Amino acid sequence: MHLIDPEVAEKIERLELPFNQYGLDPYGIDKGYLKRFFSFLGFVYNRWLTVDAYGIENVPDRGRAMVVGNHSGGVALDGGMIIASLMLDKAQPRLAQGMAEIFLNSTPFVSTILSRVGQFTGLPEHAVRLLEDDRLLMVFPEGARGTAKLYPARNSLVRFGTGFIRLALQTGTPIVPTAFIGGGEAIPTIANLYRLGKLVGAPYVPVTPWVLPLPRPTTCQIYYGEPMTFEGDGSEEDSVIDSYVEEVKARIGQLIEFGVESRRRDDFSRPIPDGSDAVASIPRADEVVA
Amino acid sequence: MKVLITGVSGRIGRIVARRLLFEGHAILGIDRRPWPDAPKGVQMFSADIRKRPAENVFRTERPDAVIHMATVSHFTSRRAERNRINLGGTRRIFEFSAKYGVEQVVFVGRHTFYGAAADSPLFHTEQEPPMAVSTFPELADLVAADLFAGSALWRYPDMKTCVLRSVYTLGPSRHGTLASFLRGPVVPAVPGFDPLFHFIHEEDAAKGICTALAKRVNGVFNMCGPQPVPLSTLIRVTGRRRLPVPEPFLPRVLGSFGLPRLPKGATSHMKYPVVIDDRAFRAATGFEHDYDEVQTMEAFRWA
Repeated sequence: MHLIDPEVAEKIERLELPFNQYGLDPYGIDKGYLKRFFSFLGFVYNRWLTVDAYGIENVPDRGRAMVVGNHSGGVALDGGMIIASLMLDKAQPRLAQGMAEIFLNSTPFVSTILSRVGQFTGLPEHAVRLLEDDRLLMVFPEGARGTAKLYPARNSLVRFGTGFIRLALQTGTPIVPTAFIGGGEAIPTIANLYRLGKLVGAPYVPVTPWVLPLPRPTTCQIYYGEPMTFEGDGSEEDSVIDSYVEEVKARIGQLIEFGVESRRRDDFSRPIPDGSDAVASIPRADEVVA
Repeated sequence: MKVLITGVSGRIGRIVARRLLFEGHAILGIDRRPWPDAPKGVQMFSADIRKRPAENVFRTERPDAVIHMATVSHFTSRRAERNRINLGGTRRIFEFSAKYGVEQVVFVGRHTFYGAAADSPLFHTEQEPPMAVSTFPELADLVAADLFAGSALWRYPDMKTCVLRSVYTLGPSRHGTLASFLRGPVVPAVPGFDPLFHFIHEEDAAKGICTALAKRVNGVFNMCGPQPVPLSTLIRVTGRRRLPVPEPFLPRVLGSFGLPRLPKGATSHMKYPVVIDDRAFRAATGFEHDYDEVQTMEAFRWA
């Protein structure tokens, strides 16, 4: 069986990570695992779903950066597809490293796979260390609140955590605002089972019309906006931090709005808005549901 | 300089003694175990570190520096004995050192201090608390010894104290905690988990201890060598076979079928990594390791 796509393998070989002679980096990221993992993600990205990335040149080729995106419900399909796009569609491939839920790290096999492909538990210590090592971090400030969105709320934004801004300020990291469109169509969640989740050790279990939260074939779009930088050292007052968070949220909201509109018109040739007039016009989840 | 080494008959103790001897120091060794072919220049005292004969060595010989590595793990000693040696012994060594004018003490501790759990970060720094007390309760005595040794920093401010938290040592001697775990041809593993293991070549560990002594550092430092590798790689490169045992069956098979005997808490180390950051130690001393992870595993395998 061809578990490894030769094109994917070529991308992995071009990663600028310090691998040792066994293909292991200091964090235990393993080239062999990466090749299999991204061959699978590549299949989902290019064949099962059809995902297109726009503005990917906004993600720097090297050096620390933080890709900050929206969740669109169900499972973290958006995370997987953003990681895939940065590896497969970028001229200089990069490994985006997400911040996984703790329960994933205590789940057999999932724990091993995530550890070997650089998707570590979401701890501030990990985020700071990876950024100081000039890695590419992927953050979803909505957290599990975001993946719990139901279908009608798929293109909304819920409350953002504020930790990512403090991290960015503390480490001098540019933020690449990112929008993922189509996740709600791929995995339309009609309900979240919290009690079942408790039984299996997950926050909740999402249910779709076909029961399992598996994506149906559809098209998705990813928009990467121009990097945003903020001045400070991370020790600012909450009010200052909150205003930065709102700025990033507004920018992501603008990208979502642009993406939804492009999808409605079926016209993906328009240039990505540059963020100069980003306003928080995106509806909040509670408004949509109401 | 006159250097007293406790636990000198251990594998690392011997290497440290030889190194310091070569550097021109006079070596005093205390150990209950013999060191029959100890080189000339190492003055051996057969004593228990908690007893009066050990104090006599301090009183009559007046060492300038002490390297305290007479601590024991679950592989060699029972619980009550461990508590006496690791806690009672460490207390005495620091008391004797302060009383008899020792200028500098290096305590050799362990990186397992930080514990292994699903929510613990990779690359522990010295600031982190000893989570091992909850994840691996059988290590409580070693954790306490480490913290007690650190308390000498404020208890005896005139004395230089260095607490070195070392990763597992590995090498041709085939002695030590990790070597005991890898002893047989088959090594147990928990299916679905493949934690990183962090180790240092025993020569490098000795070099690090000697460096801490030479640089007279004061404080708590992590000490490691090359990057960690997954347990599966460690097992493969050292020529062992990996035996996946579902977690509920582990207590039943450990200690039989040639598998190592491990306390209950050790399961956490077979699921989650304990990996440390030693940047502070390298910055303070300029320490560099000589053996990479491949050479270290090969040295253990082909010894």
